[in-house]
Amino acid sequence: MADMSVVLSGIKLENPVIPASGCFGYGAEFKDFYDLNILGSFSFKGTTKEPRFGNPTPRVAECTGGILNSIGLQNPGIEAVINEELPRIAAFFKKPVIANIGGFSVDEFVYCAERLDGVEQVGIIEVNISCPNLHKGGVNFGSDPKAAAEVTAAVRKATGKPIYIKLSPNVTSITEIAKACEDAGADGLSLINTLLGMRIDIKSRKPLLANKMGGLSGRAIFPVALRMVYEVRKAVKIPIIGMGGVASAEDVIEMMMAGASAVQIGAENLRNPFACKEIIEDLPRVMAELGIERLRDIIGVA
Amino acid sequence: MKKALFKILSNEPIAKDVYKLVLEGDTGGITAPGQFVNIELEGFFLRRPISVCDWDDKGMTLIYKTVGKGTKCLSEKKSGTLDLLTGLGNGFDLSKCGKRPLLVGGGVGTPPLYGLCKRLVERGAASAVVLGFNTADDVFYEEEFRALGVKTLVATVDGSYGIGGLVTDAIKTLPVGFDSYCACGPEPMLRALCDTLKIKGQLSFEERMACGFGVCMGCSCKTKYGSKRICKDGPVLSSNEVIW
Repeated sequence: MADMSVVLSGIKLENPVIPASGCFGYGAEFKDFYDLNILGSFSFKGTTKEPRFGNPTPRVAECTGGILNSIGLQNPGIEAVINEELPRIAAFFKKPVIANIGGFSVDEFVYCAERLDGVEQVGIIEVNISCPNLHKGGVNFGSDPKAAAEVTAAVRKATGKPIYIKLSPNVTSITEIAKACEDAGADGLSLINTLLGMRIDIKSRKPLLANKMGGLSGRAIFPVALRMVYEVRKAVKIPIIGMGGVASAEDVIEMMMAGASAVQIGAENLRNPFACKEIIEDLPRVMAELGIERLRDIIGVA
Repeated sequence: MKKALFKILSNEPIAKDVYKLVLEGDTGGITAPGQFVNIELEGFFLRRPISVCDWDDKGMTLIYKTVGKGTKCLSEKKSGTLDLLTGLGNGFDLSKCGKRPLLVGGGVGTPPLYGLCKRLVERGAASAVVLGFNTADDVFYEEEFRALGVKTLVATVDGSYGIGGLVTDAIKTLPVGFDSYCACGPEPMLRALCDTLKIKGQLSFEERMACGFGVCMGCSCKTKYGSKRICKDGPVLSSNEVIW
């Protein structure tokens, strides 16, 4: 039988398939579609210290092979997540979750990490330093190696849980930032976040998104994500969770061959709520076809 | 919510740029009038959300306007199957309609009111329907509403058909005594109803959405009772919670 298990910082996952943050809420809507315990894990909606409504609508727009969003991290805030969402998740998901945290300052990241440190359900803290829709005060932690390292080091001190830094593709050199995070104590890296993009309504002559620009995700970005995972894999020793346009079992395998130890599925969940289930069910077939007995053997073989 | 394949039985124009699509398949996911389906179309990343006009055990009727490439593509499908997510959104609450509800539809906001009207008639809640369109070429479903035995008024903005003016002008010609209203149409119409009718209303809203089942947070709006997702907590909101 095909062995699909992988290990992330000592946490064994039954398979490498993880719904990505922002495309899976806190799991409640998806639990009505299928038993979420088939998943390797899931990364919940990016959570900040305070509740946030996010940006004005329209804040989603379609394009060929993908979707632009400028949601702006709508979430109920870390306290509501700890007191309401996580107990709700515990009722339908028995495995460790990946807690995705966002913030506008180093202190905010530290605060969220500290609050989650004692929560048993949380297996990994994913630190989102790369949301393209947040630029308060001009600070963008994800595009500067020094700022990325500063956040990483501070969060490192705040929690004993494994921390994975989620990196932005909207940079000149992603390997430089990846190395800075590794040196500052990151246990792993998640990449890539969305690519900054834009659409204009040619009838109204105005941007489609109220926020004008937004993050591009979906199938269209797969080759870019794959290339970045490949590059970062060559530059660091810590594990990588690969994501960006993954839509099939073949894509999962390709992403792992590029260097990902596990794979997140994002936008595909929005068009097909059963995407992760279908990919997990299809993986053994594709593995058999390719003569792969243990999925973890292919990590970074390319 | 259910995901299922539906067979296209017919897909024909019934007014200017407006099509009636009849589908056969499992409608078990639909629980209330005013809910919508999300249709997968080859070549488009996102599905297209369309409100359900009417349904029974064997299938459903959708009425939609071609407003962009996606709906244009849908209008060209005359046979084969479509992959649908069904039973999305909350829909209208029949228990909150009272005994004499007024139904108001504007343009392609009209279709979900037909399924609602049919079920209200079955429950003996005699109601009146007011439909508003821009011009005579846009008018559809007047006879279908009348066939339910319900008083039906049509207003056109340019006066080319029925009562000249807006739905609010047509409502003025009706006797008073409605105990609630249900409406679907452009936001200025919903707001005008909210401002002029002093009874409780259920208003169906539209917003750009991605998933249609409440996870992407693309279609959030602020209400007096916190933020709501149009696709999941809506599309129907109560008149007393809307912040205009």
